[in-house]
Amino acid sequence: MARANRPVSRRQAWWLLAGALAAFLPLTQQIPLWLALASSAAFAWRAALTWRQWHLPPKWLLVLLVIAGTVGVFLQYRSIIGRTPGIALLVVFLALKLLELRAARDAIVTALLCYFLVLGQFLFTQTIPTALLSSLTVLITTATMLAASDDRPPPLMQLRRAGLMLAQAMPFMLLLFVLFPRVQGPLWGLPQDRYTAVSGISDTMSPGSIAQLSQSDAIAFRVQFKGQVPPQSQLYWRGPVMPSFDGRTWSVRQTLGAYTEIPYAVSGASVDYELTLEPNGKFWVFSLEMPGNLPPDSVLTADYQPIARQLVRNRLRYTQRAWPETHAGLIESRAVLRDALVLPAGGNPRVRALADEWQRRHGDDSAAILATAQEFFNRQLLIYTLNPPLLGPDMIDEFLFDTRRGFCEHFAAAFVYVLRAAGVPARVVAGYQGGEVNPVDGYLVVRQYDAHAWTEVWIAGRGWVRIDPTAISAPSRINSNLAAAVPAGEALPFLVRTDLSWVRELRYRLDAVTNGWNQWVLGYNPQKQRDFLAGLGLGEPDWRSMTAALAVLCGLVLLGLTGWVLRKRMRVDPAVAAWRKFTRRLGAQGIVWHSWEGPLAFAERAAAKAPAHAQAIHEIAALYVRLRYAPGASPQDLLSLRQRIAEFRP
Amino acid sequence: MRLPELDAVLADINRIILGKEQPIRLALACLLARGHLLIEDLPGVGKTTLAHVLARVLGLDFQRIQFTSDMLPADILGVSIFDRGSGAFHFHPGPIFTQVVLADEINRATPKAQSALLEAMEERQVTAEGKTRPLPEPFFVIATQNPAHQIGTFPLPESQLDRFLLKIELGYPDPVAERELLAGADRQKMVASLAARITPQRLVELQATVREIHASPALIDYVQALAAHTRTAPRWQAGLSPRACLALLAVARAWAVLDSRNHVMPEDVQAVLPGIIAHRLRPVDEIAHGDPEAVAAALIEAVPLP
Repeated sequence: MARANRPVSRRQAWWLLAGALAAFLPLTQQIPLWLALASSAAFAWRAALTWRQWHLPPKWLLVLLVIAGTVGVFLQYRSIIGRTPGIALLVVFLALKLLELRAARDAIVTALLCYFLVLGQFLFTQTIPTALLSSLTVLITTATMLAASDDRPPPLMQLRRAGLMLAQAMPFMLLLFVLFPRVQGPLWGLPQDRYTAVSGISDTMSPGSIAQLSQSDAIAFRVQFKGQVPPQSQLYWRGPVMPSFDGRTWSVRQTLGAYTEIPYAVSGASVDYELTLEPNGKFWVFSLEMPGNLPPDSVLTADYQPIARQLVRNRLRYTQRAWPETHAGLIESRAVLRDALVLPAGGNPRVRALADEWQRRHGDDSAAILATAQEFFNRQLLIYTLNPPLLGPDMIDEFLFDTRRGFCEHFAAAFVYVLRAAGVPARVVAGYQGGEVNPVDGYLVVRQYDAHAWTEVWIAGRGWVRIDPTAISAPSRINSNLAAAVPAGEALPFLVRTDLSWVRELRYRLDAVTNGWNQWVLGYNPQKQRDFLAGLGLGEPDWRSMTAALAVLCGLVLLGLTGWVLRKRMRVDPAVAAWRKFTRRLGAQGIVWHSWEGPLAFAERAAAKAPAHAQAIHEIAALYVRLRYAPGASPQDLLSLRQRIAEFRP
Repeated sequence: MRLPELDAVLADINRIILGKEQPIRLALACLLARGHLLIEDLPGVGKTTLAHVLARVLGLDFQRIQFTSDMLPADILGVSIFDRGSGAFHFHPGPIFTQVVLADEINRATPKAQSALLEAMEERQVTAEGKTRPLPEPFFVIATQNPAHQIGTFPLPESQLDRFLLKIELGYPDPVAERELLAGADRQKMVASLAARITPQRLVELQATVREIHASPALIDYVQALAAHTRTAPRWQAGLSPRACLALLAVARAWAVLDSRNHVMPEDVQAVLPGIIAHRLRPVDEIAHGDPEAVAAALIEAVPLP
């Protein structure tokens, strides 16, 4: 193991420092500040050691530092196990390993640690920029590995070599990615601590909560329709249904799933689609109204809201069939209807008076009261705006009669309140409305600013009827989008603005790329793998045949690469090819040509051993010499050389 | 391309120095390639005779300089002496102003004297008293040196050794040749009776011919492969320099001419390789105690023909 004990040269030390920095820098935002600073200090120390050629720090000091780092990580996270503490610990080790580069073995360990930290980056994010950055780190680390064995070539050459090696590894990577049998679950999922706060629809709704979302252009989910995209006004993505109201805030029912199958009868036309849901940190699995089936591992609440059994912390993909003309709850339970009538005692006297009057006029004819309410909203000339004025304790009264300006949550809240006051069961439904078709890949993209709230009114004999009070006052919000609906001059998220067409165009393309990445790289699960392989005409392979195919294809790729390298190395002159054939013939007779032997010397030797063929041997050698070494050989010479060799029978 | 006069030259020399065809051929190739020759060997194996015979059969002037430790550059290059008759300094050319110089025991002299000779060799001119005087054409130095481990030697540094195109060893003759030598006529007389086979002008023409000899791309590939091997394989201390590659190609061309060919063959390269690497390439493990033949064979067998 003399090689492993070679000392680390200065150049190798610089390489290792570069590799370590490349692996460390992307992780700085994940680890605590004190660790980032301490590691940077260790890197600077390493640089000084190399620059000034100082002695390495003593072993006892390193041991102390390792203990200090480990204790620090433990105090920070109360654990040294798990994603972030684990990565932090590795950073400690990497920084300190650089301070004990004694032999080539230490260099290799450092480079391997760098590779491992690249993996660590993917535990935090899996976006395209992360992948590109990691590729760069892998390139530098690979060049470091090369430098660890031979530090003489200049840096650019090392990088080029490393790049070539990685390029050669690429076919294997692709094969492994496509064919390696997949397990269910996301590629980089780490369920224990993969939880970060994400913006999105919450389980309560108060004035301003949805208006706040309208400033975010984060993607909520993407939808691929099988067939035509339905008209914008039909795209109601059902989210949390909120029957409870405390005077200011609407909230969802606290009991979880009631149905494991769709309890209502579906009718009318249907729409098929596949939805890719971004993590929302809640139980929401959004579905186009009304869903005809449930996403996997989810249930339906008593309010017909599909919810997942577990928090949605990873990207989910599911196919659904929606029935837009269906009304659920034709026969509704009393408890649900009773809850849909509850109002807090007192408050909003003007609305209550109005509702009382309607109730007197129409009795319990829900449909008539509903029509009256719609007509009333229309008459009030309410204004749809992102910046509604603040409301006092009687907020419904103030909104409907005084300020008359509000966002969708005001409209929905007021509408439900009025109907409940008039004795008609109604409830708020939150979710997303609309979306935008990306012309590049045809996906419908629904963003946070598409968040919306509408209402459901229960009419005997019809069930729950969706009424969108926003549509009464601002129909363009429903028929086109947010930008068309709000008054000119209001601050809109950058991406909604219609005046920057090139930005939109660019965003469409970027988003299509990101989506492709999500769908095909991050979301390449067993199902996708089966579909893809079936698409290639491989039937429905099981893991055994996949492994076999993997082995065979890897072998073929290896063979191909070897052949390519060899061909490149031995681009053979036809004269040499003919000469080799000739020497093989003689070799079969025991007259072996050494690859370093000149043709004339060989001819001399061969003629002495096979005097019967001396003349032929000398003539062939002379022809070969003329082709290879003499000036002015003609193509005719090659033909006659080949002919002589073909005729040559020793 | 037959050059009978060269065959005659070789035949004449071989008649006097017996059993040394290969070193003699190399010496002539070195001369044809316009290079200088270094012979390292023990005294009495025929170094002086070889230089003498070469000069005679090629019709060249001959001078011998015996190097000693008290030698000064002026002893080689010449000196200006005040001439009372003309009232001016008059340059008396040193022994170097001749066509064939035998610099005997060059490593006995101090580096100062050595470098005077080596600079003149390289530039083919002598500058003294501010005046540059060209050396005659053709100009050929045969230097001999004692094996480095002998007492009282100043070894030539590698950079100076590189000025010699070839380094050869004569070695003891084999018994048959030695017997013929002992029984034969007096060599001194034989040398004196030799007639010139070619004129100096013809020799210059032949040197020009050598430079025109065709080296095909395949052959240049081979020279490069040899050099690349010495530069990358771990058994060599330092690889062959580009100047060494040029020297290899030049001597191989001359060798091809001596073989009556108008193109260089790998065999030519292989034949002259020991002389080229003997003073340029050091194996790490001193194969066969640095015997150039063995070292060259190891190199040749490690590099397949491209």
